[in-house]
Amino acid sequence: MGSLTDLTIAAARDGLAAKEFSARDIAEAHLGAIDAGNNALNAYILPTPDIALTMADACDARIAKGEAGSLEGVPLGIKDLFCTKDVRTTAGSHILDHFTPTYESTITQNLWDAGAVLLGKLNCDEFAMGSSNETSCHGPVVSPWRREGSNAPLVPGGSSGGSAAAVAARLCLGATATDTGGSIRQPAAFTGTVGVKPTYGRCSRWGIVAFASSLDQAGPMTRSVRDAAIMLGVMASHDPKDTTSVDMPVPDYEAALGNSIKGLTVGIPQEYRMDGMPDEVEALWQQGIAWLKDAGVEIRDVSLPHTKYALPAYYIVAPAEASSNLARYDGVRYGLRVKGDDITAQYENTRSDGFGAEVKRRVLIGTYVLSAGYYDAYYLKAQKVRTLIKRDFEQVFEGVDVLLTPTTPTPAFAIGEKSGDPIEMYLNDIFTVTVNMAGLPGISVPAGVSNEGTPLGLQLIGKAFDEETLFRVGQVLEDAAGTLPGPADWWSVGT
Amino acid sequence: MKVDEATVRHIARLARIKVSDDQAKALEGELTGILQWVEQLEEVDTDGVEPMTSVVERRMKMRADVVTDGGYPEDIIKNAPEHADTFFVVPKVVE
Repeated sequence: MGSLTDLTIAAARDGLAAKEFSARDIAEAHLGAIDAGNNALNAYILPTPDIALTMADACDARIAKGEAGSLEGVPLGIKDLFCTKDVRTTAGSHILDHFTPTYESTITQNLWDAGAVLLGKLNCDEFAMGSSNETSCHGPVVSPWRREGSNAPLVPGGSSGGSAAAVAARLCLGATATDTGGSIRQPAAFTGTVGVKPTYGRCSRWGIVAFASSLDQAGPMTRSVRDAAIMLGVMASHDPKDTTSVDMPVPDYEAALGNSIKGLTVGIPQEYRMDGMPDEVEALWQQGIAWLKDAGVEIRDVSLPHTKYALPAYYIVAPAEASSNLARYDGVRYGLRVKGDDITAQYENTRSDGFGAEVKRRVLIGTYVLSAGYYDAYYLKAQKVRTLIKRDFEQVFEGVDVLLTPTTPTPAFAIGEKSGDPIEMYLNDIFTVTVNMAGLPGISVPAGVSNEGTPLGLQLIGKAFDEETLFRVGQVLEDAAGTLPGPADWWSVGT
Repeated sequence: MKVDEATVRHIARLARIKVSDDQAKALEGELTGILQWVEQLEEVDTDGVEPMTSVVERRMKMRADVVTDGGYPEDIIKNAPEHADTFFVVPKVVE
């Protein structure tokens, strides 16, 4: 049954409909793969085999009755940032060690309503703050990928590192993820998977542990563009419980895939050509341009002059919002409590023991930039720069349909290689963070292999609420790249 | 902006995070580094630019001011570190 873990979501759906195998078969195949491989990868922090089999049996019953939903029987991993009813949800933080939600996030509820099966909760950076999945209280996720000729463990990227590793290592058919500054697209690029950050407001944020509310957006990670289109179609919805969720119909993203891209104009932002960017990343970008030209698009150089300011502005806005959002972890209503002499000491002890170093750093930065006397100089300035970043995109999108860029400035790095210097780690998100600052949709598509034999991704950035064009163009990149090598299985016990 | 140890302690107090002497020392350097890096924003001319309030320009949705949820206090206190009946328990704050 090993091959059932190699299926795409689209193939699983078709095979289930044709009764070639059952939802239980697929669930069992994945639970076996998790049993064999998760110790080495640390992608799942809480596998839920009993729930998976119960859900799969219910899927088989619905399929037998001809009542299959659009994701019926598809086993998924869920990033531990999504609250799941009666299933522990930690956000990768010690402060939520024992938090078991009494409610279900809107997105996961949408997935279960469509027939998807929960395999378990996936590791992530603590409160989604990180670019390497090294800040999780559950320990780092190890990428299934290795450099050629080396056994050094690589990072899967972050913060959705567990999602990326599980999808790449075939421990699920697809996974949910979240993206505040690149946390879906950067790990997708590092692991050779497809990751979509939808337009802000396209997916409900209700029931997702908040990091930076004006930037957070959930999306899928999958092994094909089609699978991402299928999954996003289910995840996206208008939700009255999230006032920023938009009241717009969800298009049939999968139906958009077949459409020709001939006649589209693709912008190449010159500011994304960074000093010191490796030649292989530049070469991949040029390859992507050539592929799209072959498909009949017009290529146009464009300028987004405020690009270099997106990351520093982000590191004011995101920590500011995080410091407000994380004020709720007070040891009173839920989560860890560490007693003190009085209630202030209790707050301080709880948050000191409960938060890890990176989270503390960001809460302190956020507190500082919002504090009396500094608000205008930092927060207000950053929000003005954000307006300029958004304006750059608006002006460019008057002349082009979509932008093509590399997803990351480098391929995956080794665990421990960049954890010493926060700013060096932050620079990983230099090509992705602009998209969050402007609220736009972005997709990372695996497009090539680095000199080290590890994956590289290309990013497409679209107009607000035009995910369809991202899927159409993404499909062309995926087809042009052809079959890329997958990671060799070193992680499963007994292989 | 150079962040000194007194400033680290002040903002840690505001953020209600206890920091040890060693941590305060390390944070001085880290926070200074991050703040000096973000200060490159000073180069950007933002005169007359409105600060962003929302990436998606939409009017805030309104709803009827009626109770649509609630009535399950047992769920609310279920994850509380300490509770009595359906109340959260905290150290004494009023003499």
